[in-house]
Amino acid sequence: MSSPFEYAPAPESRAIVDIKPSYGLFVNGEFVDGHGTSFKTISPSTEEVLSEVAEADDADVDLAVKAARRAHTRVWGRMPGRERAKYLYRIARIIQERGRELAVLESIDNGKPIKEARDVDVPTAAAHFFYYAGWADKLEYSGYGTTPLGVAGQVIPWNFPLLMLAWKIAPALACGNTVVLKPAETTPLTALLFAEICQQADLPPGVVNIVTGAGDTGRALVAHPDVDKVAFTGSTDVGRAIAKAVAGSSKKVTLELGGKAANIVFDDAPIDQAVEGIVTGIFFNQGHVCCAGSRLLVQESVADEVLERLKRRVSTLRVGDPLDKNTDIGAINSAEQLARITELSDLGEAEGAGRWSPACELPERGFWFPPTIFTNVTQAHRIAREEIFGPVLSVLTFRTPSEAVEKANNTPYGLSAGVWTDKGSLILHMANQLRAGVVWANTFNKFDPTSPFGGYKESGYGREGGRHGLEAYLKGASA
Amino acid sequence: MSRIDVRKTYKLFIGGAFPRSESGYSYVVHDSKGAFVANAALASRKDARDAVVAARKAFGGWSSRTAYNRAQIVYRIAEVMEDRRPQFVDAVRQSEGLSAARAEKVLDEAIDRLVWYAGWADKITQVVGGANPVAGPFFNLSTPEPTGVVAVLAPQDSSLLGLVSVVAPAIVTGNTVVVVSSYARPLPAVTFSEVLATSDLPGGVVNILTGSAATVAPWLASHMDVNAIDLTGVAGDTELATSLEVAAADNLKRVRRAPAAEPDWSADPGTDAMTAFLETKTVWHPIGV
Repeated sequence: MSSPFEYAPAPESRAIVDIKPSYGLFVNGEFVDGHGTSFKTISPSTEEVLSEVAEADDADVDLAVKAARRAHTRVWGRMPGRERAKYLYRIARIIQERGRELAVLESIDNGKPIKEARDVDVPTAAAHFFYYAGWADKLEYSGYGTTPLGVAGQVIPWNFPLLMLAWKIAPALACGNTVVLKPAETTPLTALLFAEICQQADLPPGVVNIVTGAGDTGRALVAHPDVDKVAFTGSTDVGRAIAKAVAGSSKKVTLELGGKAANIVFDDAPIDQAVEGIVTGIFFNQGHVCCAGSRLLVQESVADEVLERLKRRVSTLRVGDPLDKNTDIGAINSAEQLARITELSDLGEAEGAGRWSPACELPERGFWFPPTIFTNVTQAHRIAREEIFGPVLSVLTFRTPSEAVEKANNTPYGLSAGVWTDKGSLILHMANQLRAGVVWANTFNKFDPTSPFGGYKESGYGREGGRHGLEAYLKGASA
Repeated sequence: MSRIDVRKTYKLFIGGAFPRSESGYSYVVHDSKGAFVANAALASRKDARDAVVAARKAFGGWSSRTAYNRAQIVYRIAEVMEDRRPQFVDAVRQSEGLSAARAEKVLDEAIDRLVWYAGWADKITQVVGGANPVAGPFFNLSTPEPTGVVAVLAPQDSSLLGLVSVVAPAIVTGNTVVVVSSYARPLPAVTFSEVLATSDLPGGVVNILTGSAATVAPWLASHMDVNAIDLTGVAGDTELATSLEVAAADNLKRVRRAPAAEPDWSADPGTDAMTAFLETKTVWHPIGV
């Protein structure tokens, strides 16, 4: 079915963004050449080479950690909280002032729709800096003490490059730590623009250091003996490796890992709202969301109706140019990720699940995957067990609340869950029973800097956001 | 002719029952002066796995009890301990070589600590949870919840106060535990398990294995159905602690790291021992009509 609506293209101008042909590392307040090689970052929607980025080697990481240590010892760690706060407020304001530029750059480098970068990523990143700025001079009320850990080594993923940077840097700095952050190799550009923002804010040199690179750079950072705190968001496999790498050390660790969230729809749910929530749950950000509602559990009595309305709604989603303001689903972030999504989806078909995608034309260049729904999925199917990290939804059914709980919890992950019902007592019952760090009832994929976020079980440990997010960066009240 | 006393066979505590080790092994327990006291059960890998099964089975019921009820039961443990003072004082004296006065003091603190933790059951949620003022029309609450099954390596030196100080915080918040007691000083733990068995504590909430942490702990650390591990009992043994942390990473267990040396158990414990085994759940709901 082709879309009943036709839209004229509404492209956002990229004139506001000035991408340099090459970038160095940001160490001690300056851009410097790395010792290692460089790599290219491309636009996933066009495969156009955007820039050459330095790949930090062990020596570069060491210099960055040394700069962070110096800045912590001499300046940032001893600065009164109210002064640190003002720097964070400045950063928040500059993110707002340069919001359009950041959104366009994020969309180009990541492939996400401009409307999501503009309306979610950038404002939420600014909000995180505002929120934690206010904590800097109030730490004695946090319950976690006021003593920073020192130098934080932070490794972030490619799905929300700027937002994850804000989640990591804002609380670390508010608590008096300095940071060395490694953005993902496919999406380094907004972190490098953030480095310029630190310069504009006159942030003391070494407080924030950005080292670009891939897995080896991340490993060097995590393993560096002078790093006091490791914060990682990414895959469960890498999280496991990090937990092993820091074993026996005194490094404090927080891990924000994978998920396979159940989005549970009861027969008394407002169906149209639930359908919108299902769409938000799995197709937001191309499904590149660790807390995506990738397993839809529908009560059997309404399964056909929900599925029919869901397919109708998904048929209206517009896939294409991320910079088009009408685009709902942008490009898959990399060829590698597209290959994984393709492989797991083909497996789903091979294992007997019913595959459906709306008729939609995909651009010829770039990395694209249509929104996809699998029906007749059982709990044994790999598409129901493994994190796909793409716009692929598996649909299962249930009859009773206890069956829904059992299926929802039948996963090694425990990051998030959704519940859709009109009945308050059922919402509270389900919220109690679900083993997940975030439960969205009659909504999905909502974030706010005041709200702790993080997983149970193999979705990692620690919380980011809110008062709880400070714990990861302070020595603790009893220490 | 003098009376022959009736000696006790010391056993494990699993699922509310007192089995011998399935391995059939036992080991010799000496007092602080090196004299023979008893044979204690030497827990095996299979005993550890049975204990995890019992702890998992008990988790749903225990974690869903009201905090008020968990508080009552933990307080009840203190009551029953108080009732058996002489036995505990003897056990602690014998194990730790303390004077009667010192042993009394240790017992007082152990009982008082249980009472202290009992009171936390219905307060920890209010202290570490909260309502979040999100920028939008949403009701949003963060609540602590138990992590699940916790493997606890009890302190090697402090056989009773140390044991209580690592078990009580884990269970009062709704976790269930598998405890490996002090190797050289296991008997106060066995006596403690007899108190637990008569304290309305559901079977399986606390399971106590006597034996060697170095032997049993690797199986607990790598067990895929254990959610967290407390390494206090391997204080100072960096090599073992590191290998247990590495094993624990396989299913991303929460790890309470081994301290460099055994802590001073008479100090104010703070809330860390509880929060180490709590998750934070944040629930969102739209506000509107």
